[in-house]
Amino acid sequence: MTDLPASKIDLKAVISTPARVDNSEGMSYLQSVPRRLVTLYLPLTIIVVVLLFPFYWMALTSVKPDEQLLDLDKFNPFWTWNPTFKHFQKLLFESYYPYWLWNTMYVAICATILSIVASVFAAYAIVRLRYKGANLVGGLIFLAYLVPPSILFIPLATVVYQYGLFDSPLALILTYPTILIPFSTWLLMGYFKTIPFELEECALIDGASRWQILTKIVVPLAIPGLISAFIFCFTLCWNEFIYALTFLQSTSNKTVPVAIVNEFVDGDIYRWGSLMAGALAGSLPLVILYAFFVEHYVSAMTGAVKV
Amino acid sequence: MADVAIPRAKPQMSEANAWTQLKHNRNWLGFWFMVPAMAFLIFFLAYPLGLGIWLSFTDARIGRVGQFVGTENYEWLWDDSIFWLSVFNTLLYTFVASALKFAIGLYLALLLNEHMPFKAMLRAMVLIPFIVPTVLSALAFWWIFDSQFSIISWSLKQLGLINQNINFLGDTTWARISVIFANIWRGVPFVAITLLAGLQTVSPSLYEAATLDGATRWQNFRYITYPLLTPIIAVVMTFSVLFTFTDFQLIWAMTRGGPVNATHLMATLSYQRAIIAGQLGEGAAISSAMIPFLLAAIMVSWFGLQRRKWQQGESND
Repeated sequence: MTDLPASKIDLKAVISTPARVDNSEGMSYLQSVPRRLVTLYLPLTIIVVVLLFPFYWMALTSVKPDEQLLDLDKFNPFWTWNPTFKHFQKLLFESYYPYWLWNTMYVAICATILSIVASVFAAYAIVRLRYKGANLVGGLIFLAYLVPPSILFIPLATVVYQYGLFDSPLALILTYPTILIPFSTWLLMGYFKTIPFELEECALIDGASRWQILTKIVVPLAIPGLISAFIFCFTLCWNEFIYALTFLQSTSNKTVPVAIVNEFVDGDIYRWGSLMAGALAGSLPLVILYAFFVEHYVSAMTGAVKV
Repeated sequence: MADVAIPRAKPQMSEANAWTQLKHNRNWLGFWFMVPAMAFLIFFLAYPLGLGIWLSFTDARIGRVGQFVGTENYEWLWDDSIFWLSVFNTLLYTFVASALKFAIGLYLALLLNEHMPFKAMLRAMVLIPFIVPTVLSALAFWWIFDSQFSIISWSLKQLGLINQNINFLGDTTWARISVIFANIWRGVPFVAITLLAGLQTVSPSLYEAATLDGATRWQNFRYITYPLLTPIIAVVMTFSVLFTFTDFQLIWAMTRGGPVNATHLMATLSYQRAIIAGQLGEGAAISSAMIPFLLAAIMVSWFGLQRRKWQQGESND
């Protein structure tokens, strides 16, 4: 208590450094270096190598010349000295691949925007309007999250057919939100709960309408949550397979995952190069997006299971 | 607390006409806000869910509205050995893959929770299998598990461990092992990263105190980490079990249910019967047969959540 100025400075330093940065070693000094090598770095390396190997293999296959792909004895299969972009060229100029990429992106963006808008309203109403039965609806939305597409695709196929949406991107744009809305509503409910209630009270007293409160206070404050929800929904759309497989028929309308499985898998033994090139090109947009938003991505994932 | 939200509505109550009622009444406002989300969920989720159960009691085919046939589809499935094989496969796939995903995921989470250089980057890399579309990584596995040019067979041959290629996706046992491996590979990052988020909320001072009292590393895990992590484990594993049980894309991209139906799951079988063979009613019966299993998983999740609230002394919010 006597050295008040000093403690004040300390407090400032503590506040100004982000809480996450922790350079202390914790209790790890209790372990010797060799022991850490065996119990920590060795298993970690093995797991990470196994987790990343398929991508290395995918990338390597997509740039290998055909003769090296099928002759494992003459060439070392783990590396190539003369990479070729022949497979990518074939993909881009001799197939519908650009269309498929465009379809995937178009469907994913439309479905994501639709779902996020609907979820913002729903989450705000459940958390802040607290209408009669809000808790029950929140619970039902969580249950909807647990209904998997595998038990819905058969009846949905008949519904889509009845509405005349078969083989149209609109079928996917309208059905994907059933996967996305429960998830993003649940995520945004968590975010909205963290926004101080007092801000809204002040706005209400100043005469703001609910619409103004939502658009001018709640949504701007929930931007990190919206980004998380957006990229996670986008990834889910890109990843979706069974609806796209069932509802789309013509080659040029397909999305990347479905098209690669159906159109590239023929009897040709030289198909591997272009198949892997297609898989790589279909994954890269997501990986790049992920690289920019790792933190948002992780918070979306953990937020979804935090109940 | 919630009543504070409507200070405006009360003074106007006397002159409230229908329009202001709709604009300011909390329940009506809530209703309007819920309309878009509810419209999607009712038309494309609740209605198809009911329709699917109805279809399972009809003899609908593609292009023909079905007649009600009672439980005929289910009776037919009861005597269908392929259906029972798919149930067995699904249960095997779910149990083995989920158990291993949990074990490896928890282990990886504990490793990633240690202090080390490049921690953030490692964490980001671990999650990559989860974001890459399942079908595309399944294709990579299809190539890795190729019968002739498999890199695994080649490496094992070079090491002198085997003499001829392993027929990964052509042999029933190997095919099951291969798809389960691919599923674990894809699921581990999700389990690890979510459990890691749970681990980071455990205060380090608990471990320090326990270590001072002479607890071993195992005791630290068993009596501090595990009990504090139980609620999040319950939720994560429910999700994991649910999505493994209803998996479709991984199998479809790698084996399409073959060889000799050894990897047919209920989801892939229902797709094959309903969409490829056109027997919508029978396919719907297979997918409706998944519902009891899903309900069981949801019950587990429910009790896991109850326990979490009880443990943390949270109010019901």
